[in-house]
Amino acid sequence: MKYAGLLVMPAGFFLTIAALVLFPDLARRGVFVLCGLAVEALGLGVAVRGHILPRGETQP
Amino acid sequence: MNSSLPAPTLSESLFAFTLVLLFAAPLAIAGVALTNTGLGRSRSAAQAFLGNLAIVAVAVIVFALLGAALAGDPSSASRVFHLAGQPWSWIGSGPSPFTSFAVSGSTFSTAQLGMLFEFLAVALAALIPWGSGADRFCLAGGCATAAVLAGIVFPLVAHWSWDGGWLAQLGVNFGLGAGFLDFGGAGTVHAVGGLSALAVVWIAGPRKGKFPKEGFSNAMPGHNAVYVLFGCLLSLVGWLAWNTAGAILWLHAPLSALPATAVNTLLSASIALAATFGITRVRFGKPDASMCANGWLAGLVASSACAAIVTPAESLLVGLVAGIATPLLVELLELALSIDDPSGAITVHAVAGLWGLFAAGLFAPHPGQLLAQLVGIATLIGFVLPLVYLLFAILNRIVPFRVDPDGERIGMDLHELGGGAYPEFVIHRDESYR
Repeated sequence: MKYAGLLVMPAGFFLTIAALVLFPDLARRGVFVLCGLAVEALGLGVAVRGHILPRGETQP
Repeated sequence: MNSSLPAPTLSESLFAFTLVLLFAAPLAIAGVALTNTGLGRSRSAAQAFLGNLAIVAVAVIVFALLGAALAGDPSSASRVFHLAGQPWSWIGSGPSPFTSFAVSGSTFSTAQLGMLFEFLAVALAALIPWGSGADRFCLAGGCATAAVLAGIVFPLVAHWSWDGGWLAQLGVNFGLGAGFLDFGGAGTVHAVGGLSALAVVWIAGPRKGKFPKEGFSNAMPGHNAVYVLFGCLLSLVGWLAWNTAGAILWLHAPLSALPATAVNTLLSASIALAATFGITRVRFGKPDASMCANGWLAGLVASSACAAIVTPAESLLVGLVAGIATPLLVELLELALSIDDPSGAITVHAVAGLWGLFAAGLFAPHPGQLLAQLVGIATLIGFVLPLVYLLFAILNRIVPFRVDPDGERIGMDLHELGGGAYPEFVIHRDESYR
């Protein structure tokens, strides 16, 4: 699960790049960039959950 | 390949003044190093401080050999691809510092000062993850992560945000304000360092006994609150120099604008400390010294993105948010997400740095600036964090980050150095090993 989250995060980054390339107006760019950040947040959340160890464990 | 332009020049007096500021900037590195050492345990103090020095040394050498040329400078050539009719400068191909520093004569170019700034910045960025790995991160692993950060990750981000890369050109190419603004390194230094700290903590795992099978996490308080708090004062001096030098170099701020930058830096740190003091006083009944130190540093980190752009009132707001968020996030990471970060670097450097970048966009006068800052933040979270994690995970296979369990039991000083930092003190047995 942790690797899935880490793979989703670059997808969000490429969404923000796509926003710059595809949309000339500020409003639509802004919405698309926010969508990219939301995808990154989702990926980060999944990565964080995937890294939570069972209690008592120290080695990932 | 993009061709080079002549580097902007400074007057002799401004050049000298900026150079003096850069001589004071390493106090920020000293402060962070002292704070991180104080937040670790006494049986690992010598290894922690030696690690600070070794990491700075490795980062500077690797940056000189490899990173500086990749980072380039705003006036040097860079590698460019074209997309949607716009140039995207993704990496520098500047001269090696061995040749550019050899230039002599009567011109006072910003390129040389910018390179000195980056040498100091890479040292600080590489140092940040070391504190998060305290008490289980071996010296070899720390130096290896510093080499990767200084040779690959930092040069990329420094080129993008300072040296004429695609983030800095967002204003020219896409009409987004003045492009990504990060004059003091809130993103390039602190967010990169803080996100690297998260990768180190994920890969190395928590300290033994930190999260027992039953009950809450065990408190493992820092061994010297005086180091921690004196480190904060040292950091203030360094940060004042760092932010004002950055404003001159990357924002081309006039001398008359520098007192306001310094005041905003001080205000941000002060209100952040007051907010953390208040929050910990309410939550725990008494103020928490180490948490207050983290709040102070978070205020300084947030100011690195916006102290030269915002008004004093806005600076107070930036610091207030950083100071309120710091104790709450440190607790959330430890108790809810089982992230063992002894120095609090993930909150102090990554989160506060990202908040400062956002605030710079929020309060900047240029239209579209907030969007430029959001693109920069998305780059740090969506590209830099996975890249660092991948590189560190590979590195961990070659140089294991974590010492063996016996090393953790006897302490890093004895295990790695053969002697303790405080040989005449009685080191108490760790209760978590009962």
